Amino acid sequence: MKLYDYELSGNCFKIRLFLNILGIEYESQTVDFYPGLEHKSPEFLQLNPLGQLPVIEDEGKVLRDAQAILTYLAVKYDASGLWYPVSDPGRLGEVAQWLAFADGITGTASAARLHDGLFYELDVEAARAGAHRLFRILDEHLWFAERVGRDWLVPGDHPTIADIACFPYVALSEEGGIYRQGYPAIRRWCDRVKRIQGFVGMSGIFTTSHAA
Amino acid sequence: MTELKCTDPVILNQWHPLSSIDEITPGLIHSTMLLEENISYGMDTDGNAYAWPFDNQLPTRSRLTSKTVRNPLPIHIAHGYVWTSLGEPPETLFSFEEYYEADRINVPTGVFGVNVSAGRAVENFLDMSHFPYVHTGILGEEPHTEVKEYAVEVSETRDEVLATQCQFYQPKAALASEGGAMVDYTYRVPHVNCALLYKSSPNDASRSDVIYMFLQPMSQDWVRAHTGMCVIDEDNTYESIRYFQQVIFGQDKPILENQYPKRLPLDPRSETPIRADKTAIAFRRWLSRKGLRYGVIPAAA
Repeated sequence: MKLYDYELSGNCFKIRLFLNILGIEYESQTVDFYPGLEHKSPEFLQLNPLGQLPVIEDEGKVLRDAQAILTYLAVKYDASGLWYPVSDPGRLGEVAQWLAFADGITGTASAARLHDGLFYELDVEAARAGAHRLFRILDEHLWFAERVGRDWLVPGDHPTIADIACFPYVALSEEGGIYRQGYPAIRRWCDRVKRIQGFVGMSGIFTTSHAA
Repeated sequence: MTELKCTDPVILNQWHPLSSIDEITPGLIHSTMLLEENISYGMDTDGNAYAWPFDNQLPTRSRLTSKTVRNPLPIHIAHGYVWTSLGEPPETLFSFEEYYEADRINVPTGVFGVNVSAGRAVENFLDMSHFPYVHTGILGEEPHTEVKEYAVEVSETRDEVLATQCQFYQPKAALASEGGAMVDYTYRVPHVNCALLYKSSPNDASRSDVIYMFLQPMSQDWVRAHTGMCVIDEDNTYESIRYFQQVIFGQDKPILENQYPKRLPLDPRSETPIRADKTAIAFRRWLSRKGLRYGVIPAAA
């Protein structure tokens, strides 16, 4: 499997993280996202006309979009079925709901990070406000989940790809000037994600100690 | 510019980096921020550089011709970068002789925005003790955490802070490294917002690779960090060297952005240094003596 990859991309990190959790070997091909804008080059646009990372190539199949790739990897390589509960319509629906939510986090928290860090021209105040609105919803959801003994976004004892999809741009939000002091349930959930067996970090996201 | 938001002459009268020449598209107008002012800049196709306070008549990405520039700012082209000033800059910029050695590869590794003051960013660049914890497996690893005794001086003739005889164990000191080694470091701070480090080159024991960080203060607590390498390396590509350095810088970013306060405190009683922080102590004293007020918390008089 080949991953078209960029270290500082949170969306690429979702795939690296999940592949590592599943213990799947892969080849990482660096795309010079910044400052080279290689993802907008004619060669890369042939691979993904949207000009976005990540993209994977697996046994001849080319797939784009972090959430789509997570879905594909879970169904194809996770024999336990725990990461993407296809046989449970209720939970599967909730996974899909949070995958869409992850796109919303990309459109706000990740956008603010691109503005502050890589000088993208956009309305950063609107992006930060949008991220805070989503973080408040996420924090409340997680807080009530904790009240009934649940650790993850979707009910059940095991995390799902919804957790993998929502985690990176939450964890990187401070690079966009979005601070998480006001979201205690989000902070506790981030620590739990970091303790999933097989967790790896990236530049900007540190690993953590084991739970006491 | 009539009314400037920044009123500190120490910082106004410096040369400030705007961009590496590599990242300027000749003939196009680029924009950035310097000391809270919107600044435009560009180079014409003959290699002449211009900078000026943002002008509605000259929108970003429109075509640049020298005739169109009104109120030009001072320009200095040096070390692969275009520099400007909002005050009265010195006649020269600090020296960086290695940049001009013919057998080196000069790689601007990218410019990154960081939500922190320039002083905090310089200090992190000067610090060795964080290597094993922040750059684990690359610039350091446990249990090799000791910062050995080193020497610091402020060179009066060159007006720069200099740390020498620094040594640190590094698992992968550079892209060209083949294994862990004790690496010799020298640090220079020849400008309030610029620092360079010289480290043993894995390809030539008698010479040093140079890594630099030139900071462009956009505001008191938001900087553009221009980083780059000037290395002896015939094997690795420009892109892979740049990527290596971006990984390192990306690891430093959350550390920098979680500094509190974001401005650098210059009062010696405000933070408690340890012996490994000798360079930082000298740097803060040097800034205090210059009377710098922008991006710092000056010591009480």
